[in-house]
Amino acid sequence: MKTFEYRTAAGLAAGLEPGAVFLAGGTNLVDLMKLGVATPDVLVDVNRLPLHEVSGLPDGGIRIGSAVRNSDLAADHRVRTAYPVLSQALLAGASGQLRNMATTGGNLLQRTRCRYFMDATMPCNKHRPGSGCPARDGDHRNLAILGGSPACVATHPSDMAVALAAVDAVVQVDGPAGQRSIPVTGLYRLPEDTPERDTVLEHGELITAVDLPALPVAARSTYRKARDRASYAFAAGSVAAALRVADGLVADVRLAFGAVAPKPWRAYVAEEALRGQPATEERFRAAADAELAAARPLRDNAYKIALIRNLTAAVLTALAEDVR
Amino acid sequence: MRLTVNGAQHHLVGLDPRTTLLDALREHLHLTGAKKGCDHGQCGACTVLLDGRRVNSCLILAITQQDAEVTTVEGLGRRGEPHPVQQGFLDHDGFQCGYCTPGQICSAIGMLDEAGKGWPSAVTEDDDLLSDREIRERMSGNLCRCGAYPAMVPAIRQAAGR
Amino acid sequence: MTSMLTRAVGAPLPRLEGPAKVSGAARYAAEYPQDRMAYGWIVQSPVARGRLDAVLTDPAEEDVLVVLWHGNAPHLEQTDDPELAVFQSDRIGYRGQPVALVVATSLEAARRAAQVIHLDIAAEEHDVELRADHPDRYTPESVVPDVPAVSGTGDAETALASAAVTVDVTYVTPPLHNNPMEPHATIARWDGQDLILYDSNQHPSGIAETLGTVFGLPAERVHVVTEHVGGGFGSKGSARPNAVLAALGSWVTGRPVQMALPRQAMFSMVGHRAPTVQHIRIGASQDGVLTAIDHQTHTQSSRLFEFVESASVVTRDVYPVPHLRTGHQVVRLDMPTPRWMRAPGEAPGMIALECAMDELAERLGADPLDLRLRNAPRHERVLRAGAERFGWSGRDPRPRRRRSGEWWTGTGMALATYPATAMPSTARVRALADDEYEVAIAATDLGTGARTILAQIAADELDVPVGRIHIRIGDSTLPRASVAGGSSGSASWGWAVTGACRELRSRGGREAVFDTTELVREQKEGQHACGAHFAEVRVSAVTGEIRVSRLFGMYDAGRILNPRTARAQFLGGMIMGMGMALHEESVLDPAQGTWVNHDLAEYHIPTHADVEWIDAAWLDEPETGLNPMGSKGIGEIGIVGSPAAILNAVHHATGVRIRDLPARLDKLL
Repeated sequence: MKTFEYRTAAGLAAGLEPGAVFLAGGTNLVDLMKLGVATPDVLVDVNRLPLHEVSGLPDGGIRIGSAVRNSDLAADHRVRTAYPVLSQALLAGASGQLRNMATTGGNLLQRTRCRYFMDATMPCNKHRPGSGCPARDGDHRNLAILGGSPACVATHPSDMAVALAAVDAVVQVDGPAGQRSIPVTGLYRLPEDTPERDTVLEHGELITAVDLPALPVAARSTYRKARDRASYAFAAGSVAAALRVADGLVADVRLAFGAVAPKPWRAYVAEEALRGQPATEERFRAAADAELAAARPLRDNAYKIALIRNLTAAVLTALAEDVR
Repeated sequence: MRLTVNGAQHHLVGLDPRTTLLDALREHLHLTGAKKGCDHGQCGACTVLLDGRRVNSCLILAITQQDAEVTTVEGLGRRGEPHPVQQGFLDHDGFQCGYCTPGQICSAIGMLDEAGKGWPSAVTEDDDLLSDREIRERMSGNLCRCGAYPAMVPAIRQAAGR
Repeated sequence: MTSMLTRAVGAPLPRLEGPAKVSGAARYAAEYPQDRMAYGWIVQSPVARGRLDAVLTDPAEEDVLVVLWHGNAPHLEQTDDPELAVFQSDRIGYRGQPVALVVATSLEAARRAAQVIHLDIAAEEHDVELRADHPDRYTPESVVPDVPAVSGTGDAETALASAAVTVDVTYVTPPLHNNPMEPHATIARWDGQDLILYDSNQHPSGIAETLGTVFGLPAERVHVVTEHVGGGFGSKGSARPNAVLAALGSWVTGRPVQMALPRQAMFSMVGHRAPTVQHIRIGASQDGVLTAIDHQTHTQSSRLFEFVESASVVTRDVYPVPHLRTGHQVVRLDMPTPRWMRAPGEAPGMIALECAMDELAERLGADPLDLRLRNAPRHERVLRAGAERFGWSGRDPRPRRRRSGEWWTGTGMALATYPATAMPSTARVRALADDEYEVAIAATDLGTGARTILAQIAADELDVPVGRIHIRIGDSTLPRASVAGGSSGSASWGWAVTGACRELRSRGGREAVFDTTELVREQKEGQHACGAHFAEVRVSAVTGEIRVSRLFGMYDAGRILNPRTARAQFLGGMIMGMGMALHEESVLDPAQGTWVNHDLAEYHIPTHADVEWIDAAWLDEPETGLNPMGSKGIGEIGIVGSPAAILNAVHHATGVRIRDLPARLDKLL
């Protein structure tokens, strides 16, 4: 870990000098600093900013302060009833201890768990631009089948972000240039040839809140994650889904995939394929395939196509049956 | 800087801002109950209670915790009497090598408090938040390579008064 | 003169160190405060093969006391382990090899200095991939523990060619890492010419001798303190580089030095279970009598050291067949040195053998249990008792027939054997005041219950309550003990303790010392503990995820000295076996020349949630003529066979044979 200057954030929108980063829960940043992958000069601790509340929005939605801990958010009654997919996604991630530490904003901004990125002695275009990507020919069993580039096939590891992408969450940002709102689906960049930048945030911009819009369909939503052991493991694949069926037809559907792309993958193509169609397992499966037609699997991660297809069909079928 | 551990206030002079809470406890205060198993939040051996909540002390910079109350395994129990979770581990042989044990115990205490507040887990299906399945899922952030898991579940169940 | 009124041995006595372990008072190697402590951090080679020409350090790191590498390190004497010759050569033998040591006044400074150090390396092309047809493969003289690499009786080739039914399959097991929860750690301090080491290991006597050799000291000048050990599973069986590095750093800086390995370094510096490619062929008559077995293992070792994972050896003992051929071939690669990992040889070997037996049963249309009963009649009691308790009878042998919701379910079983042996040890007993006794032996308790069991043995031999026994272990200045390994600890140390107690009682006086070397030399050879593992699994038709619904082990391990700690050993072995079947794999990137998942987030061991219903039972009958306690080893038998039982259950559930481990969801989708 490189030496750094530590200070607590004076207030919102104070801005950051070059080389400075925000410190929230620290579960990812401190980890990467120890590994020598993150080497900030200054840590600005935002934990004392008034960003710890979950509150109602005028439209019936919910505003989640960016410093709200994952465990508190997962247990929040409004979240559990109006957006069960979010509570379930949070609880599927990490461990009890880490969920007590990790914040909403920090969870969104966590970096990939690609094994090359996490090892400072390895080439990696994300941690050392231009050094190359060994994952393509090397270990990529849990890397991207969608949205990758020759420079990077990292996946975004968050479970929470997948749920937020599915329910049209909006990130509130404060920074030197003022405030702005960014949909979670638009927060992340695809790697293309600059994989070192994960998001569209500018230096010094701080996520202050995540807004969940009033979304009736989200009350019937669920998150399902498949992984290599029963708990405390990153996803091999996951699906966040919300579904409303009327007269046997899909009236409304939200679908996002996890562990398949550099960002939580909102499955717009699949949603479009389903709207107004019969709510049957065959249709669900076909819709997943429509989305996954764009997949470009590598040697060892093609299984994710079958996994996501099966998960999508199972999750939507369960939601459809639940409604009936 | 100031650090309050097990009710006692400590002043750490000239502490390196890079020092984690775990290293501050172990190397500066010689409270070695919290263990270093992975140093990266992947095993749970370093679990302590921070203002009553279980956390991985290896991923927390000590400098950020000036106002917090830290409880380590050394601070559990009262007047020589073990905490019910410690007693459960003794009664059920809930450990072998003992290296993950302080973290398991602190984690179990934090977990029982979470369940007491009605917090759900990834396997919650009904109101029984402390079934064996629930205990296993809620404790999964604490690895044990000896495989003492089957003895820890009844230990924790006993501490929960079930 | 064994007391017939046995009171302690066989009782479920709680661990003596329990209160210390649950209160945080138990001290492990890195937990002995020292004045002016300095901290070591290793610099590991970023290439798999090459030459280190220079090390350049950042002068800005002011807390750094010294950076040692082969250009400036003191000369060390050679031992039989080249891994301990740290910084004695410019050659790089594998990625992750320690090439420099930073010693600094703080952990933080040491780590950072190690991260920014510049290594001037002339890299060379490396060869890191195990292949059964590797041109450099050879048949070694011997394999672990020190047995012939090849064996043969009859004519296996001809018998296989004429067998009515044959199975001809290849099983592949990946590299595995021991990963005890306590990383390898040492605090070293020089006291004049004496070396004091607080070290996490399985063999204080051996570490003292080895470190003595390295530093040119007689063993008695090296004092190894190993009060508590946070697991080892073989990886702490002999001195590891951390002990040498700490002692070296302390010698050069004049300060006590703490050298605790980061978890990531444990994937290269302290040993692992080597990968195997096992080609196994079994021939049988139509009615299920085995006629021939050929079991050939291909494995790897490092350039530094030949260590051969003896996976074919177990096949020499399980099923008596007229035509048997076993062998091993090894190739030396630019990879870290493999070492002991719980049941070296037996654990991977029994997977190939017992999964192949399951395949044979399927081909014969025979019940897997009946096939074992028919061919291993001496294990009949364990097999039948296990089957009965598990509820095996009435099992429909057809795969992919049972489904509950999205879950396919199935059951499987496998035999297990592990050699019962003892090694020479010496114990000392002293009579104290008030009918109390001190029992001293340089044994270690890695969580096995050794401390408690030795007290139980001594209490019975001295005919006093256990509370009157004061056990001293974990210190190399105590009478010499054998390694805590090979499931031999209780037998070896218990034998010495028994001898010392009997000597004290028969001869009188205040003290007796007993050395078992002569007795052990004449011990009964070829004895085994045996077990039968039964598993029930469910496999998701949606995700391919596997869950072990039930896992049961039935054992014959002689007399069980403490059922409480024995149960823990059995279950712990079975759970590690579950990891071997389903989770664990060190993933090689051939281009980078290393395993890339070198931490506990990416190298998966079972969690709480992975362990559902699990149980063990045993016959508990003393084995006569083996050692005075009548015990066999129990530390390793649980990991032998349990993976095969799980894999066979996966096949029964799904119809899919997974022959390259671990069995993970991508192989079942």
